[in-house]
Amino acid sequence: MTGRAFWPRLRWSLLLAGAWSVLGFLVLPMLVIVPVSLTDRNYLSLPEHALSLQHYERFFTSEPWLASTLQSLLIAAISSAASIVLGALCAVGCWRISNRWAAAVRLLMLAPLIVPTVIQGLAMYHLWAMAGLFDTYAGVVLAHTLTGIPYVVITVSAALAGFDVKLEQASRGLGASALDTIRLVIGPAIAPGLISGGVFAFIHSFDELVIVLYITSREIRTLPKRIWDGLQDRIDPTIAAVSVILVAATLLLLAADAWLRRRRRQSISAMGQAALDLKGGLA
Amino acid sequence: MGDRQKRFYYWAMAPAIALVAVFFVMPLLQVLWLSVSEPALGLQNYRALIDNALLHRVWINTLRVCGLTTLIAVIAGYLVAYVMAHVGADHRTLMISCIVLTFWLSVLVRAFAWVMILRTEGVLNTVLISLGVIDQPMRLVRNEIGVLIGMAHYMVPIAALPMYSNMQTISRTYVDAARGLGARTWQTFLWVYLPLTKPGIVAATVLVFIFSLGFYITPAILGGGRVVMIAEYIRVSFEETLRWGYATMLASTLLIALTLGLAVLARVINMRKVFGA
Repeated sequence: MTGRAFWPRLRWSLLLAGAWSVLGFLVLPMLVIVPVSLTDRNYLSLPEHALSLQHYERFFTSEPWLASTLQSLLIAAISSAASIVLGALCAVGCWRISNRWAAAVRLLMLAPLIVPTVIQGLAMYHLWAMAGLFDTYAGVVLAHTLTGIPYVVITVSAALAGFDVKLEQASRGLGASALDTIRLVIGPAIAPGLISGGVFAFIHSFDELVIVLYITSREIRTLPKRIWDGLQDRIDPTIAAVSVILVAATLLLLAADAWLRRRRRQSISAMGQAALDLKGGLA
Repeated sequence: MGDRQKRFYYWAMAPAIALVAVFFVMPLLQVLWLSVSEPALGLQNYRALIDNALLHRVWINTLRVCGLTTLIAVIAGYLVAYVMAHVGADHRTLMISCIVLTFWLSVLVRAFAWVMILRTEGVLNTVLISLGVIDQPMRLVRNEIGVLIGMAHYMVPIAALPMYSNMQTISRTYVDAARGLGARTWQTFLWVYLPLTKPGIVAATVLVFIFSLGFYITPAILGGGRVVMIAEYIRVSFEETLRWGYATMLASTLLIALTLGLAVLARVINMRKVFGA
């Protein structure tokens, strides 16, 4: 190795080391909670003599923790489904109309992502109390649907970015109804966006705490709310196990999303080919 | 053939627009209205901005913590983005996976994990003491250090992603040309590469700063009530004092500050690119 190559190499090694230290900092919390959750002590610490599943056992046998988990799952499932429908329809509309108003609408749909949740919660409190939505499932589902829409609008718009408006016009021009066009032409194009948007909206709802703190009281105790309560004063050790389960679930959801999207892309190109063949047949 | 067919798509947008207008925009307008009408019409709630020393301290805390968070996140994010833009595909996928996974990690799980790591009898102190590096545990949580660590952890991915997508668009030929013309490595970086990445840096800076301003959970848990920032103060004045005029004034001030920040951002970069829509 010549002397001239030494410094660039050293510099690059330092850069690599720096970047990976930052990434190490990012994944450190995920790595640390695993041993902490397996501790054999009654309080939270690293395992001392042996590994133990006691905190997991406590979670899976605790009525309140399981009830909260179920509540959160239910709310996240319904609100993300609603976000998908509303967000996708809106994104498709913006894409097809694509004028200044549509751009403004798209920006409006992103607003719930930008306005801090402490402000949104404060703002919702009044209306929710007035409309009888305070401390109800419907109230939380509505709030999470609203705040989930931006994720779907973003991912569906991204999926439509490379999709030619002329294909929609061709479909209508050849006599397909609007619904058939959505189902057969636009639907397959936005499918990857729908999946990702749904996953993001689901994770968002499942994790959302601040708005829930404002618009609920005793009836609704979602999982984040129970974790939040458990983090005050003396920390409830069950949280360690809950955290690991949550990280694992997030990991699985994101992996499934990536895998589904990859599969979808292949089937879309196959479908595109089929459409071309059909067109050739018609001509 | 335009209008009749387009009508369907206007209807498609309607439900989402109606929902956001009624349950999001209207309540926000009500917050703005209450801030000037509760308990009486006028700007008296806003006088606290001038003569309330506690509120001054809260805003100074907020701006200091958000400024430092932004500085840390943008520098660390730039480093990661730079390396990511210069490594092979597999290596890059691995790096992006770390970032995306952290991005979606539950805010509460992070806060809990950092408390586990940083507290006096926590993982870091235990390890350092048993290695003999320190003999007294360091106080790293329930103070500003804890808040900064927690917030930087949240913001590094948000800073890295826009800077990375900007760096991807920079052709290697600029750097090669500078080198070929005899510039040293640091000169090439400082005079060629850095200016080219400025749009990404600006986007990341404004984005991170704006997001940090409204942060509640992380400072509340890692600050332990000692580093009160504006979001926590809004929540406390809602919960404990029930002074609606005051709480909505705080929220309105924050909302206006954010809008101004975004207006600045919109002037310097293409917003749609940042949010990917």
